[in-house]
Amino acid sequence: MDQQHDAPHVDAVTGQATTGHEWDGIRELNTPLPRWWLGIFYATIVWSIGYWVVYPAWPLLTGATKGVIGYASRNDITVEMAQLKAQRAARAAGMADATPAQIKADPALFQMAVAQGKAAFGDNCAACHGVGGVGGKGYPNLNDDEWLWGGSLDAIQQTIRHGIRVAGDNDTRVSQMPAFGRDGVLKREEIIAVASHVRELAGLSTEAKADLPLGRKVFADNCAACHGADGKGNQELGAPNLTDAISLYGMDMASLTETISNSRGGVMPAWAGRLDDTTIKALTVYVHSLGGGQ
Amino acid sequence: MTSIEHKAPHRSLWAKHKIFETNSIILVIGVLLMVSIGGLVEIAPLFYLKNTIETVQGVRPYTPLELAGRAIYVREGCYNCHSQMVRPLRDEVERYGHYSLAAESMYDKPFQWGSKRTGPDLARVGSKYSDEWQRAHLAEPRAIVPQSIMPGYPFLAKTDLTFGDIAGELRANRAGGVPYTDEMIAQAETDLKAQATPEHPGQADLEKRYPKAQSRDFDGNPQRLTEADALIAYLQVLGTLVDFKLYDDKANIR
Repeated sequence: MDQQHDAPHVDAVTGQATTGHEWDGIRELNTPLPRWWLGIFYATIVWSIGYWVVYPAWPLLTGATKGVIGYASRNDITVEMAQLKAQRAARAAGMADATPAQIKADPALFQMAVAQGKAAFGDNCAACHGVGGVGGKGYPNLNDDEWLWGGSLDAIQQTIRHGIRVAGDNDTRVSQMPAFGRDGVLKREEIIAVASHVRELAGLSTEAKADLPLGRKVFADNCAACHGADGKGNQELGAPNLTDAISLYGMDMASLTETISNSRGGVMPAWAGRLDDTTIKALTVYVHSLGGGQ
Repeated sequence: MTSIEHKAPHRSLWAKHKIFETNSIILVIGVLLMVSIGGLVEIAPLFYLKNTIETVQGVRPYTPLELAGRAIYVREGCYNCHSQMVRPLRDEVERYGHYSLAAESMYDKPFQWGSKRTGPDLARVGSKYSDEWQRAHLAEPRAIVPQSIMPGYPFLAKTDLTFGDIAGELRANRAGGVPYTDEMIAQAETDLKAQATPEHPGQADLEKRYPKAQSRDFDGNPQRLTEADALIAYLQVLGTLVDFKLYDDKANIR
């Protein structure tokens, strides 16, 4: 062992020193690591020392070293969001104080609100109301002039702020259509008759065997209180207009009997706590501008 | 380096690696020593440093129903496509809301931060959509979002929830550090049923044990307690426990 250390064995073919071990005549070359590799390796160690100094690194007893530039991602985001707010505040000067009606009247504010509303709509509303507010089964189309709870700026803002049938929000839109079939208010033939009458109201075809006189009577006794004697609906109660063929849940007999039997009632979340005031106003103006604003 | 080694093998510190390289026990001891130092420096401080977890109000352990829903979330592999981690980046904060806090997932064993977003982040999806939306969307995502590529999970609403072992689940979580009390464990099954049944007499107690617990029939089928009930209850609580109007960002940057 010692002898080998004193005079390292040198491999005859490569001229390279070996580790000094021998296994059944096989020796291991002690080839040094390439200098470029070692150079990079030592450079990374030096780099890490610089990193410790500049960035937060070493844990101590009560905290960690903060680094000379004081970097913290949570600081950065706070600063960035504040900058964004300042940037928008400057561009949307007045939007915070204006009512939706005032925003609509001012072309510059209006343009701003529609742009901001469109982005916020995509993030928050499109999941139900569809891209561009085209709606879907159970989720109202916002492009037409058919409104359940009113299409004025104030009504739209109220709906966005407090939602529809939101548990725990005192200002939410509330109403509940009775489940005429499930709760045993109407008999099966009465439900079918009144469903036929609803089709009649909407100007749709009815089956020849439909008992329309019974349907009219059942409607007057049970439905007219909310939907109106003429079936034009009541936005105070969120009762839809039945005289047009626009329907959230379908106007075919199967859908109508299902609606009358078990009732319907969608839920929309309240956005007042989630979105800031300006965003809600922008959304109000945007939705109002989609085509059906009143 | 190597040239120095060759010239003076006895004196150079660099030659000492030979001791480790030719003696396995010493090598093992050396490796253990290095790993321990690494662990002490990198892991141990996380347990005592205050800035690793924020002080927040409102975060509570999951209710039994939410916990059962969370198990379904994990079972179905939702985490493969959905993260639960809003990063402190402007675009994410603009889209999803306040960035996620470590404290918000302190009772998640294991956490569901995820590492990939095929679908959107779900850290703050709670109360964003109605139960009805969640129901319809879980059953057939494309019925609501035409461009969605999420698979449908219509069987959840048709499968009764198995919850005979829910007390054991709570106990297991407690063993992992979630502060479930004896009372919570004893009442786990009652609490689970109370949360999914409208007008259940146990709801007042449930809310006392789990503040802000939302009780209702989540799957739209009051006759049955299904897996959809549990999963929607879980989704609806995500990210809703901390009131960010009261949360002080600056106080928690240390």
